[in-house]
Amino acid sequence: MTVYAALGALEQGLVYGIMVVGVYLTFRILDFPDLTVDGSLPLGAAISAVAITGGLSPYLALFFAGCGGFAAGAVTALLNTKFKILHLLASILTMIALYSINIRIMGGPNIALIGSPTVFDPVVALGVPAHLAGLVVFAWSAGIVMAVLVWFLKTAFGQALMATGDNPQMITSQGVNTHVVIIVGVGLSNGLVALSGALVAQNQGAADVGMGIGTIIAGLASVIIGETVFGAHSIVRAVIAVVLGSVLYRFAIALALSLEIGGFSFSPSDLNLITALLVIGALIAPQLRQKMRFR
Amino acid sequence: MIELQGCMKDFNQGGVNEVRALDQLSLTIDDGDFVTVIGSNGAGKSTLLNAIAGGFSLDAGRIVINGRDVTRWPEYRRAALIARVFQDPLLGTCPSATIEQNMALAARRGQRRGLGPGVRIRDRQRFSEELARIGLGLEKRLQDRVGLLSGGQRQALTMVMATLVRPEVLLLDEHIAALDPKTARQILELTREIIADQGLTSLMITHNMRHALTLGNRLIMMHQGRIILDVGGEEKRRLGVEDLLEQFYLIQGEALANDSMLLA
Repeated sequence: MTVYAALGALEQGLVYGIMVVGVYLTFRILDFPDLTVDGSLPLGAAISAVAITGGLSPYLALFFAGCGGFAAGAVTALLNTKFKILHLLASILTMIALYSINIRIMGGPNIALIGSPTVFDPVVALGVPAHLAGLVVFAWSAGIVMAVLVWFLKTAFGQALMATGDNPQMITSQGVNTHVVIIVGVGLSNGLVALSGALVAQNQGAADVGMGIGTIIAGLASVIIGETVFGAHSIVRAVIAVVLGSVLYRFAIALALSLEIGGFSFSPSDLNLITALLVIGALIAPQLRQKMRFR
Repeated sequence: MIELQGCMKDFNQGGVNEVRALDQLSLTIDDGDFVTVIGSNGAGKSTLLNAIAGGFSLDAGRIVINGRDVTRWPEYRRAALIARVFQDPLLGTCPSATIEQNMALAARRGQRRGLGPGVRIRDRQRFSEELARIGLGLEKRLQDRVGLLSGGQRQALTMVMATLVRPEVLLLDEHIAALDPKTARQILELTREIIADQGLTSLMITHNMRHALTLGNRLIMMHQGRIILDVGGEEKRRLGVEDLLEQFYLIQGEALANDSMLLA
């Protein structure tokens, strides 16, 4: 693996780390498996691209992308809580709908952002080399997102959110409307995912309707790898672990792609298979360890 | 005062398993009453408590708590007035949260939850005082996860949590049935103390006739969704386990007799 490939993996690990924090929020904390993210990642990219080409500030573009993601997540959560549609199915419905919506927003399957202002410009203007600007911005953003989430989960509302995933009967008997909590929680999660998508779009200079495919699997892989490797004994540790898991995941992918065995090498289309194997491996590892111990 | 008027509830309505869980049930409970509830399995005891707590909506009837008609209130809204302890010790607490976090959740029962800190420093002092009172040493373990506690410890914690905000009604659904005898005795004693100290209006389901007789100032017996015996005060004090059993078989026998008459 070249230095550039490693740098790219680190960069991607951090920017998609924001998405992974969102997946962690639904998958682990709310116990709400949410596939909306495959649609809300390109939604964030689309909103941010359209906002920038429309002349808005790239920061405002990120904000609107986050709001769009929140709305998408809220729709999924509404379908689940108010209309009793199974969470997985509700999220697939929103995801499918978002495909059409994203194309409507962009007026086509993609938008180029070449030459448009982005959040990376001020960093470059400060004298940071262009190829490191992404890394700086992503590290900052991921750091802020992690800090805010940890703070949020320790607030009274955040504690109610954690309890909703942990013991819904208990928190209902404590006077919490779990529907509201789930709507806010899934909304926030997708807001983060959309923010991640918006940053990716600004960095790669384009938004594309297909860029969300496999987001949920990459997110789950990162969460599971992070928890398995770094542990999740406290909230702070778990949030750091899943972002590091995201970095590890991107490194594993980069490594696999650079591998050459004889005449064989992986192509990018093999990514899904590699990811599936990674997730399976990470899921089986703790069980295998357990079995070894008993022997 | 809690008033239940003509409460009806059928489960699996229209299906082959249709069950009349509450049948025209009316009941008035005065302030400070400690009512013990007995009856055979399927008599509707848990359904009665669940109806008051708002776990389902009634098919007919009205529930009024201290002048407020709560019939149409969802469960989370009624929680502002009602504290509950379940039979399953796992239901009352969050396993992955710490003791103090659980207590902080309960200390806000019925209040808005904003973006202030979940556990405040001034809460800790109060929490450890409340826990010290039950003498299980939990006050030294505020930062421990509740999942590490035994069933008895969790149930004791749930009892303390139920009264951090004084409830207008305390509902105990066989809350000692899943515990070992020694722990059960401790929790029962704790229950008696808490209810007496705070003069709480309470309903307690029990399968133990002796508990039903020695605790509380009023006893109701349920059968097929109805209250078939309701004794209080001096009359309850004079009642013995044999009397209760006699009543119980009398009524069940009567029910049987009715059935055989129908068949004949």
